[in-house]
Amino acid sequence: MSEFTFLYRGRDTTASPEQMQKTMEKWRAWFKELGEKGHLKDIGHPLEDAGKVVKGKQKTITDGPFAEAKDVVGGFTLIEARDLQQATELAKGCPILDVGGSVEIRPIQKLNM
Amino acid sequence: MVATLTRMFGVHNLALAEDIVQDAFCRALEVWRFRGVPENPSAWLMAVAKNRALDLLRRERTAVTYEPELARYLQSEWTLAPTLNELFAEDAIRDDQLRMMFSCCHPRLAEDAQVVLILNILCGFSIDEIAAAYLSSHAAIEKRITRAKKVLASSKKLFNITDTADHFSRLPAVHRALYILFNEGYHGASPEAAVRAELCHEAMRLAALLLQRPLSATPVTHALSALMCLDAARLPARLSGSGELLSLFEQDRSLWDRQLIADGLKLLELSAAGPELSEYHIEAAIASVHVMARSVEETDWGQIVSLYDQLMATRPSPVVALNRAIAIGQHSGPECALEEIRGIAKADHLVRYPFYHAALGEFELRGGRNEIAREHFANALTLARNPMERKFFKQRMDACGNSAQRGA
Repeated sequence: MSEFTFLYRGRDTTASPEQMQKTMEKWRAWFKELGEKGHLKDIGHPLEDAGKVVKGKQKTITDGPFAEAKDVVGGFTLIEARDLQQATELAKGCPILDVGGSVEIRPIQKLNM
Repeated sequence: MVATLTRMFGVHNLALAEDIVQDAFCRALEVWRFRGVPENPSAWLMAVAKNRALDLLRRERTAVTYEPELARYLQSEWTLAPTLNELFAEDAIRDDQLRMMFSCCHPRLAEDAQVVLILNILCGFSIDEIAAAYLSSHAAIEKRITRAKKVLASSKKLFNITDTADHFSRLPAVHRALYILFNEGYHGASPEAAVRAELCHEAMRLAALLLQRPLSATPVTHALSALMCLDAARLPARLSGSGELLSLFEQDRSLWDRQLIADGLKLLELSAAGPELSEYHIEAAIASVHVMARSVEETDWGQIVSLYDQLMATRPSPVVALNRAIAIGQHSGPECALEEIRGIAKADHLVRYPFYHAALGEFELRGGRNEIAREHFANALTLARNPMERKFFKQRMDACGNSAQRGA
């Protein structure tokens, strides 16, 4: 088994509370399924759109990340899967796709020193 | 509420769950003092407890160890809110209460301790209220509850109500605890009628919960519920206008609750499915004979005697034997009853039971031996457990005196 990070982009943050609740139910159902199949290493968390960015040797601080809303990472999860192909298959069930968002699947890099 | 929160935090965090509920009540009192009690106070309390749980879960995400199967969903913001909503949904709360009910009936706890625990955790009675119901001291009840909670917490996991085998092996203990709880209300020591009726109602509410789930809605559960309904139907007639305890023979039968009788008879009918004949079946059948008779004279005492015979065969006890003897007295006259009472095995267990002496007194009185009867009632009086019983036995003593004078 290898580990992967799912990065979610394009969350619909303008939804009404009722829509929001429905969406969260979908997410929960999806996580539950992943958990039962043993693919869930860490559910992770959703993230607020805005925060701060610290950059460079000068450690300059700016409000950020200032990307287009659809490009901002809106949350993450740690997944266990056999290989990249299986992890990609798993990502197809993500509810974010229903609202036009995307899931980026990135294998965890093992740094051998 | 405690049941739901314990499901969330795990049985080892019972105290935490209780703190949250306590906190919700305190907040409620503060707010209600200014704004008045809201339309639906219980929903309001639930909402406060839910928010409080949410705060706590966020703050102590790592500090608290949760009920294992839920932990992962409570620890992530992706799933925290919807999981909490599900836990606080109505049918989930019903299941939580069942789970807690079964957990309280832990085999390592004495029956009495199980009942006290149920009263405290599931019925929300305070230690003082329980002490009042048991005519016991605050300290004694507190000690008993603390000890029981320790046993409960050491069991690590709440009872799994979906495991069929475990469920059936523990169901009899749950029945027994509810039966004791009901009887505590019906015959219990507390002189306060309100406290006692509440205990009966709580037992009936919990039994009704059992009936809502197919797994626990067994014929025995139906029989137990039938028994409770049929007995509770007679509650309004058990006290006279001046607050005196009235025996079955003196009660105004028009005060009996017709709805409860109808419910009880229906449940008794449903309990007849399957081969099992529990003591609750028999006791409910006895109660049904009573409620269907329009008067003491019209009661089918022969049938009651034969039901007591069956009860003696299923669950023999000196008290059952005494009740059987009383029924025989109604059926075949006071001399037969006296003979039966004298013949009860293990009568030494009954010597401290006031109604044993009262029964002897009653039948001696009917046999016309007033002086002997009076002595028996005097013995009963010294054993009386509360003012109501005392009043009742005094009145029976007076009855002996009056008819003795009339005879002279």
